[in-house]
Amino acid sequence: MHDTVAAVPTWVGFAYLISGVCFILALRGLSSPASSQRGNRLGIIGMAIAVTTTLIFLKSGFVEILAAIGIGAAIGIVTARRIAMTDMPQLVAAFHSLVGMAAVLVAASGFLAPEVLGIAGSDGIIHQASRIEMGLGIAIGAITFSGSVIAFLKLNGNMSGSPIMLPGRHIINLGTLLAIIGLIGLFYTDQSPWIFWTITALAFMIGFLLIIPIGGADMPVVVSMLNSYSGWAAAAMGFTLQNTAMIITGALVGSSGAILSYIMCKAMNRSFISVIAGGFGAAPEAGGAAAKTDRPWKRGSAEDAAFLMGQAEQVIIVPGYGMAVAQAQHALREMGDLLKKEGVKVKYAIHPVAGRMPGHMNVLLAEANVPYDEVFELEDINSDFAQSDVAFVIGANDVTNPAAKTDKTSPIYGMPVLDVEKAKTILFVKRSMGGVGYAGVDNDVFYMDQTMMLLADAKKMVEDICKALAH
Amino acid sequence: MEFISIFSIFVMACFVGYYVVWSVTPALHTPLMAVTNAISSVIIVGALIASAPAITGTSGLGKWLGLIAVVFASINIFGGFAVTARMLAMYKKKER
Repeated sequence: MHDTVAAVPTWVGFAYLISGVCFILALRGLSSPASSQRGNRLGIIGMAIAVTTTLIFLKSGFVEILAAIGIGAAIGIVTARRIAMTDMPQLVAAFHSLVGMAAVLVAASGFLAPEVLGIAGSDGIIHQASRIEMGLGIAIGAITFSGSVIAFLKLNGNMSGSPIMLPGRHIINLGTLLAIIGLIGLFYTDQSPWIFWTITALAFMIGFLLIIPIGGADMPVVVSMLNSYSGWAAAAMGFTLQNTAMIITGALVGSSGAILSYIMCKAMNRSFISVIAGGFGAAPEAGGAAAKTDRPWKRGSAEDAAFLMGQAEQVIIVPGYGMAVAQAQHALREMGDLLKKEGVKVKYAIHPVAGRMPGHMNVLLAEANVPYDEVFELEDINSDFAQSDVAFVIGANDVTNPAAKTDKTSPIYGMPVLDVEKAKTILFVKRSMGGVGYAGVDNDVFYMDQTMMLLADAKKMVEDICKALAH
Repeated sequence: MEFISIFSIFVMACFVGYYVVWSVTPALHTPLMAVTNAISSVIIVGALIASAPAITGTSGLGKWLGLIAVVFASINIFGGFAVTARMLAMYKKKER
């Protein structure tokens, strides 16, 4: 049924299959840091096979194409070299938007010149199956693009991280979504340009509308979701072109993003729907414990902290988004080194949603040369707090709040949290006492007998502790 | 190819993705996102076909859209793999 593209020689089909297998192995390599670099190289090989095969098969237009690849390569490599590790969530969001836009452009090009992609008969009528695939491809691509642009602006600080709520947004969103589905159905029977371009415009709009009401700390879910969408967009275009490499890869990326979204939602004990509906953390009156900020608490100095940790047998460090904002990871590693010199055992505890994207804290600690076998996930380290002398919380808040275990009225009730309160002493680095975490709830840990608040910029505080330890 | 055979590849690949991604260690979730980003740019294959209209006829706008898509996908491919490599090189074991 698909004339031109279906008539590919067998070796081309094999080559695309091999590149699909390379991509599977690239993801498989990420099961441990030791095998991950080889996996990444396999991914590069897979991509090289796919691109080279296509170019050999096409036999034409090399000059413009190589120029286009060259421009893209230069921009991509320079960006990848220069980007600060703390800005990784923005970069990933920006990259997602490009995949979305590429899908939109390919689908649009296919609509304007269907004979090039081999999806139309000689009469210029596009095959009906291809219309559905193209409609889905351009819709998912456009949502990925505009959603990722908003996510980028929020993560990069160009736009406020707090949720922006439009009145009646659920009805508007649902209506737009239904209109897109209806129009794709109509496109199946009628290939008029207005239908195609209206689908595109509505999809751009809903991507924008879906992400603006979602707050900053829900970004790990959003970024994962957009990752998933970029995969489904590639898969839809793969169906149009009957290309196995695109279909396999799209399915891999689609499921990868979906699994990450699931893990992130579970780590917050929230349903995917409630995250996507947005608005979390916007209501200041939320939570039973919100108005208790007048309770007594203890303030400590860098010297106190250095003394307590220097005497300790084991210290567990709990980093959060605040560490990334303050760029405190290098100072933190230095503090860890000084403590190890004193014979203290140092471990790091990472909550799955700490930071603004999955694995954000792990990358920052790796950047600061913290060995990855000192860094532990929530379920592996939670039982260790009871045997620890000090829990050092830096830039994290909600993920340490015991109210999630005890207070049924709390908005974060049921969320798995790090049991910092079981440690003998808690050192809590925080900018000031006024601010609450993303969920807008007060944290009982601040007011516990064994807690000492270290109020300062995270990086400055850790540097001062290092100075005190070095004496 | 028949629709059903293509669809079968898709469904099987979803399952492969499901099991492979669950085995990824949480510490590498950020590199996972960066590398999935890079490989989903295999959409460049579609962009290449769209920008090489010598196969049949010529159509100006379609070709240009294809070329812009090639630029975007290339940014992603080179940037995505390079930034993943940069991140993975930072993960080190304890020196013993």
